[in-house]
Amino acid sequence: MPANAFPTSAEYLRFLPEIILTLGGVVIMLLEAVFTNDDQRKIFGPLSIVALFAALLASISAAGDPGAAFSNMLVIDGFASFFRALVIGIGVLAILGSTGYLRQERMPGGEYHALILFSILGQCVMVSANELIMIFIGLEISSIASYVLAGYLRDDPRNNESALKYFLLGSFATAFLLYGVAWIYGLTGSTNLDQIRGALQTSAAPLVMAGAAAAFMFVGFGFKISAAPFQIWAPDVYQGAPAPVSGFLSVGPKAAAFAILLRVFMTAFGPIADRWEPMVWGCALATMMVGNFAALQQSNIKRMLAYSSIAHAGYVLVAVTAHSETGSAAAMFYLAAYAFTNLGAFAVVTYFSRKGEKYVAIDDFAGLSQRQPAMAAMLTIFLLSLIGVPLTAGFFGKFYIFKAALDANLTWLTVLGLLNSAVAAYYYLRLLVVMYFKDPGDSVENLEPAGLSLQIAVYASAFGTLLLGIFPGWVLDIATKSALK
Amino acid sequence: MPALPASVPLSWYLILSAILFSLGVAGFLFRRNIITVFMSIELMLNAVNLSFVTFSYKLKQVDGHIFSFFVMVVAAAEAAVGLAIILTVFKNRQTLEIDEVSSLKN
Repeated sequence: MPANAFPTSAEYLRFLPEIILTLGGVVIMLLEAVFTNDDQRKIFGPLSIVALFAALLASISAAGDPGAAFSNMLVIDGFASFFRALVIGIGVLAILGSTGYLRQERMPGGEYHALILFSILGQCVMVSANELIMIFIGLEISSIASYVLAGYLRDDPRNNESALKYFLLGSFATAFLLYGVAWIYGLTGSTNLDQIRGALQTSAAPLVMAGAAAAFMFVGFGFKISAAPFQIWAPDVYQGAPAPVSGFLSVGPKAAAFAILLRVFMTAFGPIADRWEPMVWGCALATMMVGNFAALQQSNIKRMLAYSSIAHAGYVLVAVTAHSETGSAAAMFYLAAYAFTNLGAFAVVTYFSRKGEKYVAIDDFAGLSQRQPAMAAMLTIFLLSLIGVPLTAGFFGKFYIFKAALDANLTWLTVLGLLNSAVAAYYYLRLLVVMYFKDPGDSVENLEPAGLSLQIAVYASAFGTLLLGIFPGWVLDIATKSALK
Repeated sequence: MPALPASVPLSWYLILSAILFSLGVAGFLFRRNIITVFMSIELMLNAVNLSFVTFSYKLKQVDGHIFSFFVMVVAAAEAAVGLAIILTVFKNRQTLEIDEVSSLKN
């Protein structure tokens, strides 16, 4: 028996956030079976937030002792710790943003909270994976929980359709990912990212086949990050899913998928970068164009934000194309900035859409500034950050990404990306105009003030958006230190 | 009559796997029944498993076998969730035709 057959206690400590999230989810599911009335179920929200904060603390303390765990299956480096903290933070905001929604839709079940915890658990495994098996398992833990979340209100046909489309297209993309993995394994004889890199460096493996396998894997990842031409599902899924779930899906699984895309393509496929760079280049451009130009025509706010999230995935793909240390740091900063901004925007949409999500057309936002000036002001901050106006997180996100792209001599992609963000300003500003300058219709009558937890979610997101916009150096330093080389 | 090889060459397994995978893709794209579409995905996963086991045999390692076990486990979990989703769709719409499940649009 090898000496390292049993993991050391240091390895368990590095894996502690995942252990806490699993226990939290399981405890909530057991309590759900025991509880008989809705008053008792109120504890699920606070309980899951406690679990998330415990996991956050564990991941921060694990960042102090970086290294591999479980026979090199996982690697807890700065990159993994950054993304673990990010997805756990996303989980906290997502749960705060959905408590009121669940009560209003009369579905205050424990499953919802357990599923969010499991989804985040999968994302934590993904971002710290150093092995294709772990990437696959993490991706599936996260995805399977997300499929159910997308259809959480099971009596609502929109939710059913959203879940069905997400599930079918998600599994289809996973099959492509797996086929790519199988070929990489066959060509290099390993599923460990470092060993794959080694095998590709010696070019013992036929590089054309390796490039084809990398393309198959990119299809799988491209689906998760909603990169064109694999973005078809995103508008339907985000429109049909419950609003707080759409917010969560647009940032959590996406951030984790980008983390793993960066890690696989920069570590394992680093030696064949000149083969995949043109592919990602084209994909980044197509994603920005499709997202922005389709968003111009949307009249449903959730659908517009879905196309906007496709466009933002395109900007991050620009940083992936650069595949440099600064590109990796820029992508990390951007994903953090985008997480705060988009969760905040979806939290306001959750509040405003009200019971049964009746008010989700852009015209329904007319006069919101007169009835709920505070909420309107917060939504303004989020929209300005999505445009990329200075003093908001979005500005520095775009700035770092395009700077990294220029450093990597991607001049054309930078120019086209900047033109794209000018187009994007139009549809965000249109919403602002409707909100501030149109007379309120009957849609804002009887708009009750937002609940406490939703307010916390909105204000915390706005705080994060402004903090990253005014003092970007703090997060950028962490990102630069922990970026992939 | 040409002499048959003593054992089936490994490349044949890979070709079979590629054919099965392509059939799965074609089924996913062209069949209209949700259950059939779901079965096409399962076919793709099985094609992947065949590739894994072939490579594993060729490389004389167990990694590929282990990977294919995980694929099976995950496919089972996915089937559990997927069939539940398909069931709720059927309950609310009384149809399993994929073209009729398209109410979400601009």
